[in-house]
Amino acid sequence: MGLPPLGPVPTLAELAVGRPGTILSVAAAAGLTQRLSALGLSPGRNVQVLRRAWWSGPLHVRVGMTELMLRRSDAARIAIEPCESGV
Amino acid sequence: MSPATASDPASESAPARLETEGRPADGRQRVALLGMPNTGKSTFFTRLTGAHAQIGNWPGLTVDLMQAQLELGGQPALVVDLPGLYDLRGYSEDELLVRGFLESTRLDLVLVILNASQIDRQLQLVLQARSLGLPVLVLLNMADEARRFGLTIDHGALSRELGLPVLPISAKYGTGCAEARAAIEARLSCDTPPGRCLDPARFLLDDLALDAALAPLLAAAVRLPERLKDRTTRRLDAVLLQPLLGLPLFFLAMFLMFQGIYALGVPLQLGLAHGLERVGTELIRPLLAGLPPFLGGFLMDGLYQGIGTVAAFLPVIFLFFLAMGLVEDSGYLSRAAFLMDGLMERLGLDGRSFVLSLMGFGCNVPALLGTRVMRSSGLRLLSMLVIPFSLCSARLNVFLFMSAALFAPRQGATVIFSLYLLSFVAMIVTAALFKGSFSSDEPLVLELPPYRFPTFRQMLNRAWCEVRHFWFWSRRFIILGVVAIWLMNNLPMGVAPASAGTLSGMLGQALQPLLAPIGINPKLTVALLFGFIAKEIVLGGLAVIYTQADPLRLGQALAQDLDWAQAYSFMIFTLLYTPCLSTVAVMRSESKNGRFTAFAVLWSLLLAWVSSFVFYQAVLWFRG
Repeated sequence: MGLPPLGPVPTLAELAVGRPGTILSVAAAAGLTQRLSALGLSPGRNVQVLRRAWWSGPLHVRVGMTELMLRRSDAARIAIEPCESGV
Repeated sequence: MSPATASDPASESAPARLETEGRPADGRQRVALLGMPNTGKSTFFTRLTGAHAQIGNWPGLTVDLMQAQLELGGQPALVVDLPGLYDLRGYSEDELLVRGFLESTRLDLVLVILNASQIDRQLQLVLQARSLGLPVLVLLNMADEARRFGLTIDHGALSRELGLPVLPISAKYGTGCAEARAAIEARLSCDTPPGRCLDPARFLLDDLALDAALAPLLAAAVRLPERLKDRTTRRLDAVLLQPLLGLPLFFLAMFLMFQGIYALGVPLQLGLAHGLERVGTELIRPLLAGLPPFLGGFLMDGLYQGIGTVAAFLPVIFLFFLAMGLVEDSGYLSRAAFLMDGLMERLGLDGRSFVLSLMGFGCNVPALLGTRVMRSSGLRLLSMLVIPFSLCSARLNVFLFMSAALFAPRQGATVIFSLYLLSFVAMIVTAALFKGSFSSDEPLVLELPPYRFPTFRQMLNRAWCEVRHFWFWSRRFIILGVVAIWLMNNLPMGVAPASAGTLSGMLGQALQPLLAPIGINPKLTVALLFGFIAKEIVLGGLAVIYTQADPLRLGQALAQDLDWAQAYSFMIFTLLYTPCLSTVAVMRSESKNGRFTAFAVLWSLLLAWVSSFVFYQAVLWFRG
C-alpha cells in the first residue's frame, strides 16, 4: 500500500457501532479504492457499523442497500464525518 | 488448458485479427451474461440454457467458461456465463478476463444481471457496459426480494432513462423468465450488427461521470427505503454473528451437518456396495467364465471391484455437496469468513482461506481452484499449502470404513471427529510455521448477502453437477490406479496374489525400515503408495491386497491383521500426506511454480510421518 494511515481525522475503524457517518475520503491504493467504491464505499455515501468481530476481527458495515465486511486496517483508510444525531 | 493457448488472456491483443470478422462462420449468435458476484447470474444461466450447459474453452481465452448452445428464436446461439465482477475498469484476474473477452468477441447481446435490491450501486455496471456501446438487455434479478425489502422500482421509467430494455425476473423461482427469454429472442431476431468494443479502457466512464449519470436514473425510477426491511437477516445476524455465541454455533452447525451426512450416507453406501457385489457375482462372473484365469481375474477382481468400491461412495459426495450448497447459497458461508477472519489474519491468511478450506472438506481440487479470488501471491500460496490438509470426502471414505472395521460403533464417531480436529491442527500449524515466508497485505472486503433459502431444485442441480464433475476428474486416476494395483499384486505371474513374492510385496518389504516405526506393515504400505494417486482407490486396493471383495469380510480381515494403534496411525498418515495426484496437478498449474509444488508435497509427507511416529511410539511406550 505504502500510504500512511490517516492522521487525526476520525475513520470508519473508530466509528461507534450503530452511529451513522458520511464518508469524506478514501486514502487507499487504486485497486482497493475502486473495489470499495464498487461496493458503495465512496465519498459522500452514508455508512454505519453494525458490529465488530471478536479478537479485533473485521467490521460488519452497511452502506446503502449493501452489507459487507472489511478489516479494521482497511477501514482506517476511510475518513468519516460522524453524524451528530442518530438518523 | 492446452499448452498452445497458455498465454495470459489479458496480454493477448486479438482485435486486429477479429476486426474483419463479421458474424462467426458457424452463423451462431453470441450472447454473454454479465453481472456482479451474488446476483444469481448463474442461476439464470441454468434457467435459460437448461441441460445444455457445459464447461468449455472459449476460443482465444485460456480460462474455461460455462457455455451452452441452444436455439433462441429459431436460430442457433452460443450463450456464455462470464465470471462475476464489480467493475469493468478493475484489474483482478476476472476483471481482466472479462475485459479481454469483450475486446475480442463480437456479441449480439449482453445480458447484464443485477441484484434488484442493490440497484443503487449495481446500475454502475449497466452504465459501464452501455458506455462501451454493447447491445445490452438489463435483467433485474431477485425482484421479489427487492419488493419485500421495501424497494420500489419503476421499470418503464428506468428503461426510458437508460435507453435500454429492463425486465424484472426471479431466476430462483422462474418468475418473469419466460418474458425475459421472449425479449432476448426479439432482440436477437432484429438484425442489428453484433457489437464489440475495441479499447474498453478508453471509453469507460470515471467515477465522477458515473455518479453524475447514476443520480438522475435513481431519482427517476427508484425509491429506496430508509433502511432495508429485512428483519429476518438482522435477527439471524444478531445471534449468528454474536461475539460469544457465533463461533460455537458455527462449529455446532458444521458438526450436525457432518453427522447428518454420515447418518444418511453410510447406509446408502453399504447398500450400493452390496448391490454391485451381487451384480458382479451373479451376472458378470458367469460371463467371464470362458476367459483365461489371469484376464478374467483382472477384469473381475481388478477392474470391476475396484471401480465398484469407489462408485459406492458417490452418494456420500452427493450428500456432502447438497449440504455445502445449502450453507453457501444461504449466505452463511460468508458469515463464517467474518467470524474466522480475526484468527485467520493472525495466521497470515484471511476469512476466504478458511471458507476455501471448508470447501476442501468436500474435495481439495475445487478449493485449490478457488484460491484464484486472491490476488496476492503470498496469500494464495499459503492457502494452497494449507487446503490439502482438509479431510476430503475421499479420505473420509477410507476413515469411515476403517473405523467401522476396527472400532466399536460409539468409538467410531469419536475417531472420525478426532481426525477432523487433527485436520484443523495441521492447517493451523502449517500456516503459523510458514506465514513468514508467504507474506501478504491484501485487503479483504466481502459482501454479506441477506440470508436466503435455496430451492430444493437449485440444491439438487448443484450437487448433481459437482458429483458429475468429480467423477469426470477422478475416473481416469481411479481406473489407472486400480489397474496398477492389481498388476503389482499379481505379477510376476504364478505367485500367489498380494503375497511377499509379488512386486507390491517386495516394495512393501523394501520400505519397512522407514514405515515399521509408525506401525505400517507391508500391505498397508502398498495401499499408501496407491493412495498417492487418489484416496478413492485405497479401499479398492485394500480389497485386492487382502483378497476380500466383500466389504464385511474385508473389515474382518483388517481387524485380524491390525491392532487399533496401527489402524489409527495409518489413518493419521492417510489424512496428512498428499491427498491425490489431482491436487498436485492443480497446485502445479495454479501456482505455476514447480518448486513450491514439490515443497508442498514433501512438507505433507514429513508432517504425516512425524505425526504418525509420535502417535504410534507414544502408544507403544504406554503399553510398556
